[in-house]
Amino acid sequence: MQSEQTLEKSTTSEKQGRMKMVFEIFWAFFKISPLTFGGGYVMIPLLERELVERKKWVKPEEIADLFAVSESVPGSIAVNSGTFIGYRLAGIPGAIAAMTGAVLPTFMIILTLSILFVGFKDHPTVQAAFQGIRPTIVALIIVAGIKIGKTAVIDRTTLVLVAITTSVMLFSHIHPIATILSGAVAGIVLMQIKKLLKAKKESGRE
Amino acid sequence: MAELLEIFLTFFKIGFVSFGGGIAMLPLIDYEVTQVHGWIAPQEFLDIIAVAGMSPGPAATNAAIVVGYAVAGFPGAVVATVGMVLPSLMIILIVAMFFFRIQEKPLVQSAFYGLRPVITGLIFYAATVFALRNEIIGGEKLINPLYLLILVSALLLMLFTRIHPVFIIIASGFVGVMLFG
Repeated sequence: MQSEQTLEKSTTSEKQGRMKMVFEIFWAFFKISPLTFGGGYVMIPLLERELVERKKWVKPEEIADLFAVSESVPGSIAVNSGTFIGYRLAGIPGAIAAMTGAVLPTFMIILTLSILFVGFKDHPTVQAAFQGIRPTIVALIIVAGIKIGKTAVIDRTTLVLVAITTSVMLFSHIHPIATILSGAVAGIVLMQIKKLLKAKKESGRE
Repeated sequence: MAELLEIFLTFFKIGFVSFGGGIAMLPLIDYEVTQVHGWIAPQEFLDIIAVAGMSPGPAATNAAIVVGYAVAGFPGAVVATVGMVLPSLMIILIVAMFFFRIQEKPLVQSAFYGLRPVITGLIFYAATVFALRNEIIGGEKLINPLYLLILVSALLLMLFTRIHPVFIIIASGFVGVMLFG
């Protein structure tokens, strides 16, 4: 009888501990996320400091793997790595808490900006401001292309792929989702061909 | 209600392929909201990206929130966000449960060998389309010198200084008011 009671007690405190953990995860990511001005990659050193040094949720030797896997699944790297850690620390509730924490602050900021945008977009001064902003946004997009291009273009084949994608998109009406998926297929096929060519070269040498 | 469901499904679909997180998804969102659904006027989409770029957070999710709000108010913003992040959550849970080191699998590595350049190509496509649509290039005068001047200055500032892009966006807004206001 007595042992049953202590058992019950321990499960409720365990539950409380888990709830506390889930909230702590939410709070940790809620705190980091408003600092991500400009996108995910800016956040990496901040995340590293918070998760490895302060919270000790991730071991230093694991952090590179964590970012690599977060980059390999759809979504932003910052939100994704948070979701991974949340899952590891407290299961599915932990994953949801981390994701919500990471998304909520920017959601509120963007919502405020959206309300202003919808309310004032037809005002002449705002229109004039946007006329100045539009070319800057095009510049911002080019810079993003250059940045991603630096990791994407590693040989002649990948450079050709960039050019093909841009021109096919400009001159045809292929759905961008189809383009992205064919990129993955092209990668697999090209790698296979490269392997075969290499094997052939090596067998030819012998 | 039907509209909310449609907003949700649109961004849910985009959420599944949003590799590379932010700006690479803009042409996709553009295609869906200006062409497939006609929710936003094509010229206005660049302004939505501007609003998305003024806030922290991934550009794609931010743009989804602005679109959601513009189309269906607060509920629209909520369903757009949930639609955008839900696929990530689902895929991460599967990866975390079954194969944590997915990025080391040869198949995944070769897929990314092709994915990254395609995403880069998509981004340059987006830049070209938005430049054409807003007549920075290819308008009546072929090149609009004032727009091009702003574009090149912003580009140089972003590439060669450490000024945060959000300040460059805001500054170009002031330039716009002075030049065109």
